Amino acid sequence: MTFFGLSFAYLRDRGLNTVLNIALLALAVATLVILLLFARQLETRFDRDAQGIDLVVGAKGSPLQLILSSIYQADVPTGNIPLSSVEVLRENPSVSKVIPLAQGDNFRGYRIVGTEPAYPEHYGATLAEGRLWAKTAEVVIGADVANALGMALGQRFVGSHGMSDDAAAQGHDHAPFIVTGILKPSGSVVDRLILTSIESVWDVHGIAHGDEDDHDHDGDGKPDHAPGEHDHGDEDHDHEDHDHDSDGKQDHAAGEHDHGDEDHDHEAGGQKLDPEVTALLVSYGSPLAAVQLPGFINRQTNLQAAVPAVEITRLLQLVGLGLDAVRALAVLLMLTAGLSIFVALYTALRQREGDMAMLRVIGASRASIFGQMIFEGVALAAAGAILGVLLGHGVIALAAANFRQLTELGLDAAHFEVGEVWIVAGALAIGALAALLPAVRVFRADIADTLTNSR
Amino acid sequence: MTGAARAAAPLVQLAGLAHSIAGKPVMAIGDWQQTSGDHALVLGPSGSGKTTLINAITGLITPSSGSVHIDGEPMSALPASARDALRRRTIGLVFQTLRLIPALSVRQNLALAQHIAHGKHDAAAIESLIARVGLAHRIDARPRTLSQGEGQRAAIARALITRPRLVVADEPTSALDDANALAMIDLLFETAAATGATLLVATHDTRIQSRFATVLTLRSPARAAA
Repeated sequence: MTFFGLSFAYLRDRGLNTVLNIALLALAVATLVILLLFARQLETRFDRDAQGIDLVVGAKGSPLQLILSSIYQADVPTGNIPLSSVEVLRENPSVSKVIPLAQGDNFRGYRIVGTEPAYPEHYGATLAEGRLWAKTAEVVIGADVANALGMALGQRFVGSHGMSDDAAAQGHDHAPFIVTGILKPSGSVVDRLILTSIESVWDVHGIAHGDEDDHDHDGDGKPDHAPGEHDHGDEDHDHEDHDHDSDGKQDHAAGEHDHGDEDHDHEAGGQKLDPEVTALLVSYGSPLAAVQLPGFINRQTNLQAAVPAVEITRLLQLVGLGLDAVRALAVLLMLTAGLSIFVALYTALRQREGDMAMLRVIGASRASIFGQMIFEGVALAAAGAILGVLLGHGVIALAAANFRQLTELGLDAAHFEVGEVWIVAGALAIGALAALLPAVRVFRADIADTLTNSR
Repeated sequence: MTGAARAAAPLVQLAGLAHSIAGKPVMAIGDWQQTSGDHALVLGPSGSGKTTLINAITGLITPSSGSVHIDGEPMSALPASARDALRRRTIGLVFQTLRLIPALSVRQNLALAQHIAHGKHDAAAIESLIARVGLAHRIDARPRTLSQGEGQRAAIARALITRPRLVVADEPTSALDDANALAMIDLLFETAAATGATLLVATHDTRIQSRFATVLTLRSPARAAA
C-alpha cells in the first residue's frame, strides 16, 4: 500500500462524490474539446478549400451563400449565370484561372458538379483508378463518395435534382451517369463530390442539345417523364430569347435579368435550359485584379463577385461570437468542477486530519502527505479530463454520423488537436489547485495538536 | 552508533525533563530511564502530563528543558526530519482512538504502515501478525465494521508491523471494561514478546498497574511545584 494506493482508496471510499466530480469535470472538458475541434476543423476546412481562390463569380444574391455553395458545396447556389461570362473573365489579363461549376443535382446526397479538369487539379486531387471524364455522362467520384456509397468503376447511376438527398426531388431517369474514375483522398471538398463535364450536367437538364424533338423521343416511353417534358418545351422560348440577347451587350443585361427570374422557377420545377453555370472560381494573375475586378463585376454586370477571404472572415466572426459565449460557459463549468473538487477534498480533509497526523507520527514525511493530497486532486482531474476528451470525440462522431452537414463541413472525430493537450493540462492544474489548500493545511498542521484535538 | 553502544544504552532515557506552555508548567519528570525488555507503565491522572511526555518521547514536541534519548540517540536535540526518521525506525504507536484509516482494510492499514517505515511490502509478515492478534477472519474488513476489541487488536498489529523496539500506547484500556482491559494488556505483552518490542503504556487506568514491574507515577506539575 503506497501513498498512490491511499489516494485511490480515499477516492473509492467516497465513491459517489468522486463519480460526480469526475462527471462534472468530464462535461466541462468535453464541451471545450467539442468547441475546439469544431472551430479548428471549420477553420482548417475553410482555409484549405478556399486556398488559391481569390474570387467567386455567380448570380446576384447573398455573397456568403455564393461562397458557401460554390467553394464549400454547403449551401444552394444563388442562381445561374451565362456560360459566356467564363470567356469574358478569361479574356481579362489580370485573371490567371477561371474554373466554372455547374451544380444542381446530387446522387444520394453527394453533389454532382459539372466542371473542368482544372477543378480537381486545383485541390491536388489525383486519380486513384480509372480516368477523367471524356464524354458526357462520364463521372469521376471523390474518395469519400466511393467509400460511403461503395461505388466502383463502370457503375451506372441516376442523379436526382436538388442539393440534398430528398425523396421528393425529381429524378433524371433519362440520363444515367457512368463512373470512369475514382479520386485519391485529397482532404478537400473534392473528396465528397461527383465530378463530370459541364456538358453532362446540361445534358441531364436537356440543355445544349437544342433539339427538343430528340429529347421528346427519348422520353416518350416513360409516362412520368411527360409532365417534365412539357415544362421543358415552355422554357425553350427563354432559351432562344437568351441566345438573341447575348448578341448585344445592352440587350444582354436586360435579358439576363429576365433570365434570372425565370431561372428560379426552373429550379423549383426541376429543369433549366440555357448553357449556364452556377459559379466561377477565379484566381488572380496580378494583385491589380483584387482592386479592380470585384468592383467591376458587381457594378458593371448582373453578376456578383464575392471574395472568399472577406466572407469567411465575416462568417467566422458571426460563428465566433456564439463559440465564444459557449466557450465562456464551458470555462465556467470547468471552474465549477474545480470548486466542487476543492470542496470535496477540503471536506474530506477535515475528516482525515487525524489520519494524516497519525501517518506523520508513524513516520510519513510532510512531502509524502502533501503529495498524496495533491495526487488525489490530480487523479480525480485526470479521470475527468480523459473521460471528457473521449466524450468530446464521441459526441462529434455521433453528430457527424447523424448530421450530414457536419460531415460536409469536414468534421472528423478521429482528428486530435494540439489544443486538447492544453485543455487536459488545464483540468489537471485545476485538480492540483483544488487540492493545494487542503494539502497546505496538512503541511502546516502541528501534528501533536491535531492528534490531541481530532476525534 | 555501534551495536555494543546501542545495547548498553537504555531504550528510553529522560534527563531533567520538564515542559511548560506559555510559562505554565505542564510536565515535570526529571530523570527516568527504561531498559529494553522492561515494560513500563506511566501512571497519572488527566493533566499530569502523560500526553506531553509521549509527545516528547516520540519527538513531536521539543521539551522546554532537559533531554530525551531513544535507544541512545538524542531525540530532543535532533532536527525535525531526523526525529521523523528516528521515530519511524524505533517507535510504534497505539493511539487511544485507534486511528485506523477508514478507507483502508485492516490488511491495507498494516501495509501502509509497513510502506512508510520500510518502503517495502511483506505480505506474509502482515498476515502472520494479524493472525497472531486473532483477526485473521477480519483481515479484509474495513475499520468501521470492526468491534471495539477488534479495532484495538488491529491498532496493536499496525504498531508492531514495523518491528519497533519501543511500542508507546496511549490509554489503550481506559475505554474498556475490566475483562477487556486485562485481555488487552495480555495481548500487548504477548505480541511485544513475539516481536521483541518493549512497551511504554501511559494511562490513568489503575486496573492494569499490577501487571507492570516498572511504574512512573506522574503528579500534576502544579502540585509538584507546590
